Amino acid sequence: MQKNYYQPEAETMSVEDIKKIQNEKFIKQFKHVYDNVKYYRDLLDKNGVKFEDIKSIDDISKLPFLSKDDLREAYPYGMLATDLKNCVRIHSTSGTTGKRVVAFYTQEDIDLWEDCCARAIVAAGGTKDDVVQVCYGYGLFTGGSGLHGGSHKLGSLTLPMSSGNTKRQIQFMMDLGSTILCCTPSYAAYIGETLKEQGYKPEDNKLKAGIFGAEPWTEEMRRDIEKSLGIKAYDIYGLTESSGPGVAFECEEQSGMHINEDHFYAEIIDPDTGEVLPEGSKGELVFTSLDKEAFPLIRYRTRDITVLTREKCSCGRTFIKMMKPMGRSDDMMIIRGVNVFPSQIEAVLLNKGYAPNYQIVVDRVNNTDTFDILVEMLPEDFSDTPKTITKKEKKLQSAMKEMLGINPAIRLVAPKSIARSEGKAVRVIDKRKKMGINI
Amino acid sequence: MAIKQLSIFVENREGTLVTVTDAIAKAGVDIRAMSVADTNDFGIFRLIVTDIDKAKQSLDDAGAFVSITEVVAVALEDKPGALAKVVKILADNNINIEYMYAFITVSKQFAYVVLRVADNDETEKILTENGIQLVTEADMEKL
Repeated sequence: MQKNYYQPEAETMSVEDIKKIQNEKFIKQFKHVYDNVKYYRDLLDKNGVKFEDIKSIDDISKLPFLSKDDLREAYPYGMLATDLKNCVRIHSTSGTTGKRVVAFYTQEDIDLWEDCCARAIVAAGGTKDDVVQVCYGYGLFTGGSGLHGGSHKLGSLTLPMSSGNTKRQIQFMMDLGSTILCCTPSYAAYIGETLKEQGYKPEDNKLKAGIFGAEPWTEEMRRDIEKSLGIKAYDIYGLTESSGPGVAFECEEQSGMHINEDHFYAEIIDPDTGEVLPEGSKGELVFTSLDKEAFPLIRYRTRDITVLTREKCSCGRTFIKMMKPMGRSDDMMIIRGVNVFPSQIEAVLLNKGYAPNYQIVVDRVNNTDTFDILVEMLPEDFSDTPKTITKKEKKLQSAMKEMLGINPAIRLVAPKSIARSEGKAVRVIDKRKKMGINI
Repeated sequence: MAIKQLSIFVENREGTLVTVTDAIAKAGVDIRAMSVADTNDFGIFRLIVTDIDKAKQSLDDAGAFVSITEVVAVALEDKPGALAKVVKILADNNINIEYMYAFITVSKQFAYVVLRVADNDETEKILTENGIQLVTEADMEKL
């Protein structure tokens, strides 16, 4: 098989070279953060770590972790490691105004990020002759910009479709002969179904590959999408805090995602003790950026549970592989590609005068997430007609939409009717888990 | 004058009506009239019963979610045009009917209509002035 690399000198370097480069870059990155981020210096002081204690990357386990809470606390500029005038862009995580994380980028940061995305597109068989249809959302979300930039770097024809308007997506796909599709897996499945409804067969489109990420999906879903679109489907991983998609990407072996180790150092830790676990252990993924200018992060806890393996890969890449995330070490849910925390839902309920008695029910029907919130109504909300209740439900729904960015179905239920097990309410029922989807 | 109606919240799933009707049966209370308002997710079960306090206690004990609303009840001659007459009187006096339901008893002389309106006193006054016979709580127990 022909080998597809975008930057072969990096992607296939020897493991010794990877370790050497990581060490060199880490020392520089650590100094850069130490010199420029007061928040980080204070964090080291608090943890009794001195700058001199860190002589090489082998000392990394002496350093404290960074969490999303740190980034929120430091909002907006506290983690910025360069002068704001050197920055050219921001991106931000989904979530509430109070809970957003804003990441900054210099032009160099964007370049490296787009390189990572270009590697992913090439690993999926992309070349400059391809037509890359990007239907991840554009805007604050990193998905659209990341793959868009990667496609540009490669010189492919880029279709900046953004998400939604499926009819137009299909029209452009058919008329302009898109060959690579980039979106969330559930949207890819939806496009597949819509094509079928419109009477198209999988061989009628020119697609050959898809790069799908930003939400959990199963192998079964992968096969479904591959069949319905007549393509090979590749996974991609990333988070806003670490630039965006492209931290890790899948090759033709489809057996885990290669982490771009020349830009990121990955560790697996025990989420309870923080202890670093040996390769092959299941635990929480922790990232250290190695050459970021504006928003470098040292030992950032992703909360994603996975396994790392350096087993030889038939694609020839030497970068360590991470498995599809198998869950979370916190209570975050990913619903329709959007991060949702139960605490956000609780905040809306309290704000609207409800008791925090609720239950979140998430399911996946026809490859699309359903999202219901059951809320115990206030006794005074109930009289003898349904309209007071449905009015209240609508009000609560728009408040939730404002907070979460997606629309849940609200169902007001009788007081004390939400099941409590051992006195403690079951807050989240995620039926997708039963279907083998790692949430 | 107005009479009391039980409104019971019932989720649209199997067995909820069983809980409700069982509780009323256990209280030894008769159901005189009934109507249901429903949406996709829930229904509201409205009842006129012979002993509302007993029924409410039993429903509360069974964990049902109940509220009490006052409604107007009228007795009409059981013949064509009787309801039309009442509705016209209310319309002429700008009184909106939010919902209504009817019931009959073993006696064929009268049909009974339960009316939900915004202002019970005003409605009762107008109906009485127009010669419509109202039904009281005491009347209900005898039916």
